[in-house]
Amino acid sequence: MRDAGADNMNDRIAAACDELRRQIDARVSSYFSSCVHCGLCAEACHFHVETDDPRYTPIYKLEPMRKLWRQEHTLLGRLGAVLGRSSGLSERDFADWEELVYDSCNLCGRCSMVCPLGIDITYMLRKQREAFNLSGYVPDGMQKALERTLDTGSPMGVTLKTLKATLAHIEKATGLTIPIDREGAEYMTLFSSMEVVNFPEYIESIARIFDAAALSWTISSEAFEATNAGIQVGSRDGAKEIVSRAVDAAEKLGVKYLISPECGHAYTAIRWEGPNLIGRRYKFEVVHILELLDQLHREGRLKFSGSSDTPMTLHDPCQIVRRGGVVEPPRNLLHKVASGFVESTDHAAMNWCCGGGGGVSANERAEALRLKVFGRKKKQFEELGVDTVVTACANCRIVLEEGLEHYEMETQVIGLTELVAEYLEQ
Amino acid sequence: MIGDFIDGPLWYFSAAVFLLGVIWRLIAILRIGVTVDLSVARSSGAGGALRTLFSRSLPRRPVLTRGKLQFVAGYMFHLGLFALLFLAQPHVEFISRRITGFGWTTLPHWGFMLVSEAAFAGLLLLLLYRLMHPVTRLISRAGDYAASLLVFLVMLSGCLALARAYEPLRLLHLLLAELLLIYFPFSTLMHAFTFAVSRGYTGAGMARKGVNA
Ligand code: SF4
Ligand code: SF4
Repeated sequence: MRDAGADNMNDRIAAACDELRRQIDARVSSYFSSCVHCGLCAEACHFHVETDDPRYTPIYKLEPMRKLWRQEHTLLGRLGAVLGRSSGLSERDFADWEELVYDSCNLCGRCSMVCPLGIDITYMLRKQREAFNLSGYVPDGMQKALERTLDTGSPMGVTLKTLKATLAHIEKATGLTIPIDREGAEYMTLFSSMEVVNFPEYIESIARIFDAAALSWTISSEAFEATNAGIQVGSRDGAKEIVSRAVDAAEKLGVKYLISPECGHAYTAIRWEGPNLIGRRYKFEVVHILELLDQLHREGRLKFSGSSDTPMTLHDPCQIVRRGGVVEPPRNLLHKVASGFVESTDHAAMNWCCGGGGGVSANERAEALRLKVFGRKKKQFEELGVDTVVTACANCRIVLEEGLEHYEMETQVIGLTELVAEYLEQ
Repeated sequence: MIGDFIDGPLWYFSAAVFLLGVIWRLIAILRIGVTVDLSVARSSGAGGALRTLFSRSLPRRPVLTRGKLQFVAGYMFHLGLFALLFLAQPHVEFISRRITGFGWTTLPHWGFMLVSEAAFAGLLLLLLYRLMHPVTRLISRAGDYAASLLVFLVMLSGCLALARAYEPLRLLHLLLAELLLIYFPFSTLMHAFTFAVSRGYTGAGMARKGVNA
């Protein structure tokens, strides 16, 4: 009698291998053909730099994908397979690499910026996760976050009721009315659950800023969550479903623009991956909140009075800046509202990740490693000698706060949108 | 007789394998294609591809600080090798006689000594680094060592042949170079061509997003 569990596992591994095969495009093939195994990418990855563990070398995290590529796309690989010198991918490969693929990679993209051959390692790491998802070798915490998003609309289980309660508090505090489901509004905004739960001051800030700029905006009761656990896990179907909800809601309301909140990976999901996931372009444009604030200021619709002279630096969220291209807007805004703003040595597209991106912050078993590699951020802040860090991502913010607390540092973390709201001209 | 074979048929055979192999590999890569990106680009990918094609030859800070040795050794080896390949007098004569029909200015003897020493030192440093550093030790494959060894032997035999002006050494050098040409398309040496494709793809992809890769 055959073992049903083993059959099931064999099917999953076969499906995962098929997915890897599907993911190998001309880019991936040129990348693997180019890699000279120089190891320089390791010097850009905080997981390797802080632990000295060679297994955390970015290109090594792609070993399952490389193995399949070599066997099916190179003459020597094919020859080896025919002669029985090399076997295909097995369950072991997925089991052994799960930690490298999920726990020790933030999909932050820093390694992709230094490879002398120009290999976009992160592009491949993101693709490889699609196969790992099908193999079943996915961290529990990340899988649960995806399931919660698909079931309740939010990775943290935030419901419309919770959001409405938060909005009611904000309306009371500001005296403003926050529009919900207003058809014909120009802008529709999304939030991350973390903003609703941990940083409602972000929502309050945008309400005040949009009021000052007389912006026509709304929230949709049908889709307000911007984060996309499907992208982090590597579940194309899950990611597509989550993106579709926001797209459908925005198109139903007929808005011209969809505002991606500060959250980094939410921006990557809705701005860059979304159209490819749903297979078409949107009927509206996606704009990141920082781009919008910068634009409103340039148009003279947003005026500031005064600025903070507290010495502070910017922590660039990887998915907004390095992988998202919103490089100048946060700087333009900071130069207006923070006279004490100074750049870190490695900043903008070369900033060090906080260690929580790519789903690592939702992966409980990776916590010890995440805190260890936070040592890189610690050194970066200490070198600069400032006690305030401003950022533009709720996830970065939580991860930074936890890391700073772990290392018993006094550094304060603040949100950029809130800082902007603080210096609004009344 | 074996000399005639190395100088004649084997040379044409290895040159053909090299040429057809490289073209075949490049076509095999590009043929897979990439899916059209439906997201709205911030700027044109073509400009970014061109920029990254050149800009990646210059190191970013992490490479300059943490990968200093490899960076310096890499430059010494690659520049030295190019100079040897295209500016050493016997090579120019060979290329002129067999391929182009015309020659060009060659390196003086002291120049030849300088670039060959740089190339040797660079290659040996890279090889030592590969053998000793935990990262490169872990990720290097047999093919990486085979390619380094073959290039080393070709360079060594070439220098000896030039110093001794001894026909069997010249033939040995040519034989090793021919083996290298045959091995080239099926090995990591292909990076000499695919680097342009990789840099182009990355530069274009990132430029669409508005990032200078
Ligand atoms: S830096 Fe590039 S070429 Fe070097 S090992 Fe990493 S991916 Fe390969
Ligand atoms: S994407 Fe970031 S975390 Fe992942 S391997 Fe590259 S540098 Fe390391």
